[in-house]
Amino acid sequence: MPDLKPLTALGAAAPRVDIIGALTIAETPNVALASLAARKGQGDAVVEVVKAGLALDLPAAGRSVANTSHRIWWTGPEQWMVEADFTVCELLAEALKSIVGATGSVTEQTDGWCRFDVTGDTVVALFERLCAVDVAMMAVGDATRTSMHHIGCFLIRTDEGVIVIGPRASAGSLHHALVEIAGAIA
Amino acid sequence: MSVNRLHGGLVDHETAVNFSFNGKDYQGQVGDTLASALMANGVRLMGRSFKYHRPRGVMTAGSEEPNALVEVRTGGRQEPNTRATTVELFDGLTARSQNHIGSLKYDLLAVNDLFPAFLSAGFYYKTFMWPRAFWEKLYEPAIRRAAGLGSVSFEDDPDVYDKGFLHCDLLVIGAGPAGLMAALTAGRAGARVILAEEDFLLGGRLIAETNCVGELSGAEWTAAMQAELASMDTVRIMPRTTVFGAYDHGVYGAVERVSDHLAVPEAGKPRQILWRVYCKRAIVCAGALERPIAFQNNDRPGVIMAGAVRAYANRWAATPAQEVVVFANSDEGHQTAKDLIAKGLCVPAVIDTRADAPDMAGIEVLKGAQIINTKGCHGVTAVKVRLASGQTRTIKCGAVANSGGWNPNLGLTCHQRGRPVWDEAIHAFVPGSDLPVGQSVAGAANGVMSTHGALATGVAAAMAALGDLGITAAAPDLPEAEDGPVTLSPFWHVAGAKRAWVDFQNDVTVKDVKLAHQEGFRSVEHLKRYTTLGMATDQGKTSNVTGLAVMAEMTGKLIPETGTTIFRPPYVPVAMGTLAGRSVGKAFHPTRLTPSHHWAAEQGAQFVEVGNWLRAQYFPKKGDTDWRQTVEREVLSTRASVGVCDVTTLGKIDVQGTDAAEFLNKIYANGFAKLAVGKVRYGVMLREDGIAYDDGTAARLAEKHFVVTTTTANAVTVYRNMEFARQCLFPDMDVQLISTTEAWAQYAVAGPNARKLLRKLVDAGHDISNEAFPFMACGEITICGGLRARLFRISFSGELAYEIAVPTRYGDALMRRLMEEGEEFNVTPYGTEALGVMRIEKGHAVAAELNGTTTAANLGMGRMVSKSKDSIGSTLSERDGLNDADDLRLVGLKPVHTGEVVAGAHLMNATGPIDAKHDQGYVTSAAYSPSLETSVGLGFLRDGGNRMGETLRMVNPLEDQDVLVEVVSAHFVDPEGGRLRA
Repeated sequence: MPDLKPLTALGAAAPRVDIIGALTIAETPNVALASLAARKGQGDAVVEVVKAGLALDLPAAGRSVANTSHRIWWTGPEQWMVEADFTVCELLAEALKSIVGATGSVTEQTDGWCRFDVTGDTVVALFERLCAVDVAMMAVGDATRTSMHHIGCFLIRTDEGVIVIGPRASAGSLHHALVEIAGAIA
Repeated sequence: MSVNRLHGGLVDHETAVNFSFNGKDYQGQVGDTLASALMANGVRLMGRSFKYHRPRGVMTAGSEEPNALVEVRTGGRQEPNTRATTVELFDGLTARSQNHIGSLKYDLLAVNDLFPAFLSAGFYYKTFMWPRAFWEKLYEPAIRRAAGLGSVSFEDDPDVYDKGFLHCDLLVIGAGPAGLMAALTAGRAGARVILAEEDFLLGGRLIAETNCVGELSGAEWTAAMQAELASMDTVRIMPRTTVFGAYDHGVYGAVERVSDHLAVPEAGKPRQILWRVYCKRAIVCAGALERPIAFQNNDRPGVIMAGAVRAYANRWAATPAQEVVVFANSDEGHQTAKDLIAKGLCVPAVIDTRADAPDMAGIEVLKGAQIINTKGCHGVTAVKVRLASGQTRTIKCGAVANSGGWNPNLGLTCHQRGRPVWDEAIHAFVPGSDLPVGQSVAGAANGVMSTHGALATGVAAAMAALGDLGITAAAPDLPEAEDGPVTLSPFWHVAGAKRAWVDFQNDVTVKDVKLAHQEGFRSVEHLKRYTTLGMATDQGKTSNVTGLAVMAEMTGKLIPETGTTIFRPPYVPVAMGTLAGRSVGKAFHPTRLTPSHHWAAEQGAQFVEVGNWLRAQYFPKKGDTDWRQTVEREVLSTRASVGVCDVTTLGKIDVQGTDAAEFLNKIYANGFAKLAVGKVRYGVMLREDGIAYDDGTAARLAEKHFVVTTTTANAVTVYRNMEFARQCLFPDMDVQLISTTEAWAQYAVAGPNARKLLRKLVDAGHDISNEAFPFMACGEITICGGLRARLFRISFSGELAYEIAVPTRYGDALMRRLMEEGEEFNVTPYGTEALGVMRIEKGHAVAAELNGTTTAANLGMGRMVSKSKDSIGSTLSERDGLNDADDLRLVGLKPVHTGEVVAGAHLMNATGPIDAKHDQGYVTSAAYSPSLETSVGLGFLRDGGNRMGETLRMVNPLEDQDVLVEVVSAHFVDPEGGRLRA
């Protein structure tokens, strides 16, 4: 264990949770991320090895898949983002590379991003003032990329609400946008 | 009870609302607009006209209002040019008239009205032609002071404005009879419907007229419909929402006035929301706008559209006067008289231009008559009527209800250059066939003027739209409703009038239109620009067609041949604050914080914006007298011992794949294919035209794995260009890219003690000695007890230096650790200023040198452009004009005696003329070098490589600077590079 203390994307030791009206906006730092891109001509092969290694089918455009240990969402043609619990699998990129081998390129993305889990009855009202995505029509598991207050983000619809994954350096601005609009619809 | 307040209507007579106009307190009722409340209080004079400063009062009852423009609220919330007809009254509202000097009643600028001949169409163009120099300094400011409309307070608006995005199957624009039926049809079918209504009440003309729908009054039927629609989960009713623009792909712009009806928005709530509505189909049910008949002095307060008079009486229980004369060219006049009589008002006469107008029991109908003038100082007191017999009669009255017919509200149907067509049956333009894709029109907006027709076409349009979308729907039963014919006999203006207003907002008269024709401005677009007809906040909603009719009369053409001007969004004015949304102040753009930001803030660092990044610019210490002293301390301390700088902002692009090395060979001008694993190489990227656009390093972490670094400014551009190259230029290569800029906190550790400091952090087992980890080495290591890190032996400062990267969450802790462990070396954090000074001392180029005009050769790196391989830009870098013998070369400059080198200054020979023709080059970067204790600079000098030691004049005529400078090597510090290899 390194003797350096990590900070969350919002710059604190502990993650921030805001409860505003019917919404809960929770900073979620304990996620490990790794990007996966199929090597040239290895699109089918990488699907096979990931299925064998993680028991998940790499999702098609606009979708995500998840099991108890991993979540994967589509990010581009033959490109995906893989997520795992940071406390269990900090070295996700290494682990994933060992699974995909020469079929894919893997890059650690853990600290390139920040994540906010937004839950509550008014998530649709929140996101209609933040992005052009029709969140009301997103099915559980739908994943897409959008821009919120000029910040490029991923949105993933879950049973509980919406996961927002944005660039880590802009975590403060993204959080500000979420909280401000949550206040406006409260 | 107020003097002109009637019984009934949709205002709450039991609940008073206090407001003030021009400092005088009044009472209105809940449900009033400012216009209806002022009217009820007997206030007719509400403003002054734009040009002649004529007294003006309310003319309409909607957003088409050209006259009653006022300033509402005060301080930061003050809003000019607000139509009193759309201001929902709230307790404490303050409003003021505008565009006058002195009081509203005795406006000094009313003197303009005495010289109308001098202020006719084209006045500015004719009058202020010379002397030319007077325009900017004298004429324009004077005209602006005199003209202008409202004023602003120059205080910050305290309210917030939101933006949002809505999606639906069907957008219904307007909640009159057509819109309500369209929404009902679609809502019952389960479609996602948005029903947008500009007014704060639904119903449109249904709540302004006395006609019944089925067994119910218009208001009752509307309420029933609203209740049913509100009960549907898929229907969203949006009152106070104006759809102002129809854009491509079924996108509509709308403004929801969330809090305009409140004194102060609820905490956290926006004042307005700018919505972008994505719809599969849209039905425009925006109704029609009544047009006036132009006659002499038809602009006096009290001359009001007949439909508006009915709306004020029936909905708002207000009348402009107790005696109202009606002037019309259709049965609208009769209906108006009937409604007013029912409210107990006096209608002295209905003046109908039609010789065959029907009679009315109990009211005198003057058939074939025309109003030829009005009387009254600040409002109508009488009208002069020319009877069919040619005799004239003066009739006392306090108001004129004026109707020249109705124009379908075309704006949204024409926003994509649609051209309306003339409908001879209603004597008005109706939407053409070239509507925006997915849009249809129903009701009066489509020229269907009866209530029954509106209800029926609303259903039909919805059924058609739902059919297109594959949604099965059942047409609801139509209630019985008024279904009378259009009885209009066209009549545009009373002949022989000296000054009959067509465009009330811009003071354009029939004569102005005629003058424009006389002077050759016959195209409607020329007419508009020459006379200003149809410009300004109302965009000619009440005036355009009348203006066209007059022009058609002049040219002897038909109105449809004369055509219309182009309609453009926005349909009504949209406040700048609404367009800006929350992108104001510190939230103007997102901010990117570096991993050491919070630590740097604790140190009192000054930050500088670099794109969206905030970077520490310098770290003032107690005792520093100014920023320059701080920067010099940081430079000297780094060069003497060790300094640390956050360089996370540099772009980092992860490049992997079998062809990664070959791909970089294409991207960089210099070779990368043979770079050994564990090594870093400096590289230059060229644009396709051969100009250098970015530089940086690429580190080979593994055979098929590189990390490319870019400049901070070009991080996105380089990544985008590389992705374009990957996908489009070299699609057969096996290469994968992804940005990792923010994933790694990266710090430059520079200075003679850099290695000693790092050794205290690097875990045992990783040898970073000069032998094991020489200059331009790179590798993956662990630090601080097992944390994965990347180490690069690269130097921007020219010192022994490393860049160390760790996962960003540990960045703050690493900076703190470096400071703690570096204490024994007197470690100093340094910011971008010191970074800049050191790179100038070292002769490293940045954006100032890679300025979009310079080649690798100009930068002294011509040999880096490999001839043995093809790369982007390499071929065009060899073109004529980029390779002349006396081309610019990067050189160093320092003053010969005294003075400072100044960036932006130009270089001239020591003797000879100082002019552009003899220009020898220019200075790109300059700084005071604490290491050399002199000012130094970098610049491009013609044939600079062969002019070392030469003395030149550095001139900056703009600031009277003229300094003798010596041409020296750009590498001021350690030109042999001994330090960075130490």
